[in-house]
Amino acid sequence: MIDRKKMPPIVDAVHYQLELKPYAHHQLDNGVEVYMIDAGAEDVLQIEWLYKAGNSYETQNLIAATTNYLLRAGTTTHTAYELDEKIDYVGAYVNRGCYNEQAGITLHCLNKHIDVLLPLIREVLTESVFPEHELLLYQQNMKQRLSVNLRKSDYVAGRLIDAYLFGEEHPYGKYSSPSSFDSLTREALLAFYDRYYKRGHFQLFVAGKIPVDLLEKLNRYFGDLPIDVPSLPTYLLQPVEQKKYSIQNDPAGVQGAIRIARPFPNRHHPDFLPALVLNTVFGGFFGSRLMSNIREEKGYTYGIHSYLLNLQQTSAWMISTEAGKDVCEATIREIYAEMNRLCNEPIAEEELNLVRNYMMGGLLGDLDGPFQLIARWKNLILNGLPPAHFHRTIDTIRNVDAQQLQVLAQRYFNPADFYELVVV
Amino acid sequence: MITFDRFTLSNGLRVLVHTDVSTPMAVVNVLYDVGARDEDPDQTGFAHLFEHLMFGGSLHIPDYDEPLQLAGGENNAYTTNDLTNYYIQLPADNLETAFWLESDRMLSLAFSQKSLAVQQKVVCEEFKEHYLNKPYGDVWSHMRSLAYQVHPYRWMTIGRELAHIEQARLQQVKDFFFKHYTPCNAILVVAGNVHVAQVRALAEKWFGPIPSGTRYQRKLPVEPTQTAPRYKMIQAPVPLDLLCKTWHMTDRLGASYHATDLLTDMLGGSASSRLHQQLVKEQKLFVHIDCYHFGSSDPGLVAIEGKLVEGVSMEKAEQALQEQLNAFKSQPPSEQELEKVKNKTESAIAFEDMSVMSRASSLAYYELLGDAAWMNEELGKYAAVTTAQVAAVSNELFRPENQNTLYYYANPSA
Repeated sequence: MIDRKKMPPIVDAVHYQLELKPYAHHQLDNGVEVYMIDAGAEDVLQIEWLYKAGNSYETQNLIAATTNYLLRAGTTTHTAYELDEKIDYVGAYVNRGCYNEQAGITLHCLNKHIDVLLPLIREVLTESVFPEHELLLYQQNMKQRLSVNLRKSDYVAGRLIDAYLFGEEHPYGKYSSPSSFDSLTREALLAFYDRYYKRGHFQLFVAGKIPVDLLEKLNRYFGDLPIDVPSLPTYLLQPVEQKKYSIQNDPAGVQGAIRIARPFPNRHHPDFLPALVLNTVFGGFFGSRLMSNIREEKGYTYGIHSYLLNLQQTSAWMISTEAGKDVCEATIREIYAEMNRLCNEPIAEEELNLVRNYMMGGLLGDLDGPFQLIARWKNLILNGLPPAHFHRTIDTIRNVDAQQLQVLAQRYFNPADFYELVVV
Repeated sequence: MITFDRFTLSNGLRVLVHTDVSTPMAVVNVLYDVGARDEDPDQTGFAHLFEHLMFGGSLHIPDYDEPLQLAGGENNAYTTNDLTNYYIQLPADNLETAFWLESDRMLSLAFSQKSLAVQQKVVCEEFKEHYLNKPYGDVWSHMRSLAYQVHPYRWMTIGRELAHIEQARLQQVKDFFFKHYTPCNAILVVAGNVHVAQVRALAEKWFGPIPSGTRYQRKLPVEPTQTAPRYKMIQAPVPLDLLCKTWHMTDRLGASYHATDLLTDMLGGSASSRLHQQLVKEQKLFVHIDCYHFGSSDPGLVAIEGKLVEGVSMEKAEQALQEQLNAFKSQPPSEQELEKVKNKTESAIAFEDMSVMSRASSLAYYELLGDAAWMNEELGKYAAVTTAQVAAVSNELFRPENQNTLYYYANPSA
């Protein structure tokens, strides 16, 4: 008979010697940096062209996002439909993304189709024309999508909490409105495109089973593009004064979207890595204090999470949940009670050990596969962190102790520092 | 080509092993052959509620999650109308922890009254979050009950109403467990940095002693052939009108399944697809329009759904959609259009197969359908589809009497 009460012996994940597989680093003729991870069994590629063309560079709301979105809307030689047809024909995915500092496009494709795709991508990045009718259609549809999103309490809460934390004028805090879509003009898009794409600056992040001649092809299609690094404008943080908000959004709503957040420094601050561990204990995984108490013990919500925002200049510590309308107040009370407990009592060694193992096991899983590897490297590179940061992360997970975490909780878990928002 | 080994324990548990030593991780996937279609019509949402209870402690292990997290693992589960699937990913060194946990909850749950009470609340909040508190969250509740009259696909996995979840009793939980959660109704897939002999030994050790249970015989009411179009009209406080249509299609193993899948890709799903191109970009009638299908084990639905541009009448939008479908029926797609959706499928499969977790759940699913080896035959089946077959399917599918239409009107005061 086996003893089913007894857990089989385990290897503590905390002892794993984790290494971040290094990337190959190259430069195109024009000095563009190329970061490559060659791994995986499938003949697939992911290539990202990441420009300094995010929201922070725009002087009018939505210009960066719209320019990025309409990159597929037509070039001097192909209409939007012809581009879509060519990309779809080879089963490729060309996704656009616009973030706060960066913006760009990501290609996913089978290796055998790369020769068709690279010239098309070049065309999109150098010869887009932003037709007026495509802009009009975009404005119409985006405004209507916005009207649907504004009916969702979680969407509204997400916009407002960022505006409270950073200020509505800051790229991290500003949001869209119907009139900001109306104000967009083709001329403004062309000007932004000309400065930040055609004569801008980009980096290439490549992952997959890399063909031997890929670098040469990248150089052929992208090594002659003009590069002129734009400087990142600085913005003043303008957090609002008032801390507590209750917003009525949907009279028939049965749940409230709760956001509780405070400012927090970026990844360069010495508290950032220990805070990742404290956050995991607090609300960062299924076994966290918030989840155990508010979901598994009280059943107030389907899920509750806390996290540090992945932002480059400055960050924030956020708690986010959707809870039954009648238990929103009780939920907020419990969130502060859990903060308080972390301030007043050291985390038991058993719990901390579990969190260390969980985080290390998660890290091991996260390093599995070419796309995951390049994502981790990209995060270090964009945040200006050295490769050693990866080992510092592991050191912190292994060695930060309960007393340090308690001090950290006392430093950051002061209820008076938190914005508090409920949208019903 | 996904390779695997397969054996069956004496209690009927089917075990599949897929080795990939390029990863340091292991995946343990347990699929139970039970879904929302197996529920009592007066007790819908039970299979999914039950999935939550599987994390509330088992016979010898009071807490499921803690030991797994200690072993550096993560887990989750999902329920569909057809099946319930549980999966763990953990460092391969700690594989046995997953066997210990999964086998104990297949042996028996703790059946805690408290866990039931809490998870009833959690699931009610999940219901509210996804279906009540979201604009258009009830579209599929209406559409399912319109398109299906007797088959249990007429309700959503989450259930028909909150009351069904609130009414669940512990005795029903026990009955459900011993009926469905038994070795002979389950499929275990172990994948990643593992070896067959190791998995066989662990499976014998941990799952071998569990009583087989009785093979569940599914006797679901067969949906009668629809003979006349059906319509339903809804008013809701949403910003935009929505038009949703469905048509009855074949089951997952039906001869025309692959042609149907490719057909939906031609109509919707990508920037160059017909409906997006014509109705969103050219005619500017819809904000978005999608075409997809359920791919369910029993005969499913092809669906087209889109939100109307403000000011466009429902009649005009519907007529324009009908013209597109008529054109599609009257002229077979070109070879080039077919080639395009085949290429897309090839690429989608390649990306999906990159993850060990996804390979493990696919193996379990194909084994449930009849044979895990079919997973490797899918591409060939798609490649064999002809334009004539797609044309035949579209004519069979888009018959007026096979159609269900939901007019979902924006009405601020509804």
